[in-house]
Amino acid sequence: MSDDTLTLPPREDASTAAAAGAAGRLSGYNFAYLDEQTKRMIRRALLKAIAIPGYQVPFGSREMPLPYGWGTGGIQVTASVIGPDDVLKVIDQGADDTTNAVSIRKFFARTAGVATTERTTEATLIQTRHRIPETPLKEGQILVYQVPIPEPLRWLEPRETETRRMHALAEYGVMQVKLYEDIARYGRIATAYNYPVRVNGRYIMAPSPIPKFDNPKMHRNPAIQLFGAGRERRIYAVPPYTAVESLDFEDHPFAVERWDQACALCGATDSFLDEIVTDDAGGRMFLCSDTDHCAERRRSRGADAQEGTA
Amino acid sequence: MSDTPLLRVRGLTHLYGRAVACRDVGFDLWPGEVLGIVGESGAGKTTLLKCLSAQLVPTHGTVEYDTRDRGLVDIFAALSEPERRMLLRTDWGIVHQNPRDGLRMAVSAGGNVGERLMAVGARHYGNIRREVLDWFDRVELSRDRIDDRPDGFSGGMQQRVQIARNLISRPRLLFLDEPTGGLDVSVQARLLDLLRRLVAETGVAAVVVTHDLGVVRLLAHRLMVMHGGEVVEHGLTDQVLDDPQHPYSQLLVSSILQV
Amino acid sequence: MRETTDAPKPDAAAPLIEIRGLSKTFCLHVQGGTRIPVFDGIDLAVHPGECLALVGESGTGKSTLMRSIYANYRPGGGRILVRHRGRIVDMASAEPREILEVRRHSMGYVSQFLRVVPRVAAEDIVAEPLRMTGVGETEALERARAMLARLRIPERLWRLAPATFSGGEQQRVNIARGFVVGFPILLLDEPTAALDAANRRVVIELIAEAKARGSAIVGIFHDREVRDAVADRLFELNPGKEAAA
Repeated sequence: MSDDTLTLPPREDASTAAAAGAAGRLSGYNFAYLDEQTKRMIRRALLKAIAIPGYQVPFGSREMPLPYGWGTGGIQVTASVIGPDDVLKVIDQGADDTTNAVSIRKFFARTAGVATTERTTEATLIQTRHRIPETPLKEGQILVYQVPIPEPLRWLEPRETETRRMHALAEYGVMQVKLYEDIARYGRIATAYNYPVRVNGRYIMAPSPIPKFDNPKMHRNPAIQLFGAGRERRIYAVPPYTAVESLDFEDHPFAVERWDQACALCGATDSFLDEIVTDDAGGRMFLCSDTDHCAERRRSRGADAQEGTA
Repeated sequence: MSDTPLLRVRGLTHLYGRAVACRDVGFDLWPGEVLGIVGESGAGKTTLLKCLSAQLVPTHGTVEYDTRDRGLVDIFAALSEPERRMLLRTDWGIVHQNPRDGLRMAVSAGGNVGERLMAVGARHYGNIRREVLDWFDRVELSRDRIDDRPDGFSGGMQQRVQIARNLISRPRLLFLDEPTGGLDVSVQARLLDLLRRLVAETGVAAVVVTHDLGVVRLLAHRLMVMHGGEVVEHGLTDQVLDDPQHPYSQLLVSSILQV
Repeated sequence: MRETTDAPKPDAAAPLIEIRGLSKTFCLHVQGGTRIPVFDGIDLAVHPGECLALVGESGTGKSTLMRSIYANYRPGGGRILVRHRGRIVDMASAEPREILEVRRHSMGYVSQFLRVVPRVAAEDIVAEPLRMTGVGETEALERARAMLARLRIPERLWRLAPATFSGGEQQRVNIARGFVVGFPILLLDEPTAALDAANRRVVIELIAEAKARGSAIVGIFHDREVRDAVADRLFELNPGKEAAA
């Protein structure tokens, strides 16, 4: 089949929900919405990004059926790597059930007919906005981050020509200056999310607005981590088992957030907690941001409780 | 005396199209020497300074610098751009006429002064801050301004921040473009005193471009007079100012009002 | 030639200054190219321990000759050979950095006009030449203060900039700066011009000590008493003509 506009026929031996989903795929659209040439272009960018960990590769960001700022970069990356056998999970600030996560998941269900899941352990491909799942990822999984501003030096240098040169020449003193400014102003490094990291000892990267709590998860992660910025038209990547180090000072070492409370639902003390205001009298509760992680913990505690009680 | 000059310039020429900015400039600069370049506006001084400090690639001629590890090298032919930029951040300093060209206005004064340290790998906040404060003292800036942004400083103070920002990396060569231009007379005077003291203390060599003969009288050991893009006279500062030979030099010197 | 009886005999074999065929003409381009010849064909030598006084009417080029030795003025022709750290340097044709070296270590110049570095304290002005020869800050300051005291500058003035000093006080700061290092060659242009008798005596002492150390001194002294006290020889400059020794 040499005609580019031909869509791929659904796999017939799939016994998962994919087969059922495939039958309900939108007609008139290519598999996963993007045409094949666009996917190739993006895959070329992804290969380059994998080959140069942390380096921002420009790509021809396409017009997507949602505006800039809503995850077009992440969607384009997912669309380029997703296959009919993939199982897709989409989270937004850790939750599978927010409007955006639901919309994107449905989008791929309809344009690719892939199976979807909320369970991290079952997913082959996870698209995320601003969080990394608590459950450790495994080899073979792909994590796609949605990125608003890919350039970590943009706060200081508005010129693209200059930031490109700074990356090329590894002139990263200014990044350290940013942290210095934080300490001078607040007594500590105040950056709480999108905390800059050094990848593979070379490029400084903006990890997207994940909380700094999640930064250590990127380090030597067995999964492939891909980053897409649609509005800014940049793709970057961290291949498996790559060093990712958060910048800091010797006497102000990098440290993650800690809470005094545990999750009100599952009792976790080591996950990232969201603070939920429950009434207008100052009532609040803390819940795991990662809904799947929380649900999983509750499931297993429930199972333990059932096994435990005689 | 060592045999290798710190800076060796030969046949330096720069053309803007057919217009000659500077022609056939040559000199040697030795460690600890301050060379003044004077001439009226449009004489080519700033273009010359830019060629010398690698900000501009000259049309003809060579600029050689005695690097710490490789000896005398042609900064354009033998150094890559990363190496040149590294030189500019460590062994060299540039004090711009307008402090805004030499400072980051969005960063605190302390961040500005400490940047070079962080750019070459300093990673201890306390040490960096201590060294920055030390330099604040040396350039006579009040320590309590360390976290303020320079856009709230006076011109003279901004220049002091610029000077500290450059000298903190212990450069061996400093380029100054009208360092006191645009400042009040009394502020100029104090800044010149500071520069004179720092040059003597640090033993840094310098090239100072200025149209103000008072600046060179105070700071420079040697003087080059430029007119129409050419060097018409050069020698010791006191020589050129007290016994000028070239007609233009004589004109320049006689034009100063004796106060 | 006139010798003082209690000065040590100079070593005739190795002059510290030797001038051969020196000439100087000013050309004033700003005034239509007027040429002003000052001197021509000057030969002279000054030996260690010797003080040579330049004499002649005003305008005959005494100061010009002295400035030429210091390389402040550029001669039209001839050589000015000075002994510097065991070798000979021609001040008329040496490279700037050599001349700076000579001035730093071997040759001092005391003029009547204190080209004051404004706003620098008197003691720092005097200490500076010592610092430039490598003497440490503390020692330089000590020796500077000692010299200022010797020249009877009150201690309360030491931390002040000389701009507000009297003419005589400024002159003494100048002298202190010139004598503090102990240069092998000293050029003194009217060193006692603004001084009273007591201070003149101090200067005479300083010159005598310098000679005893083996320094060679060239001086212009309008004060006969001082000249008689320090000069071993006179060198006369005549207007526009060859000078007679």
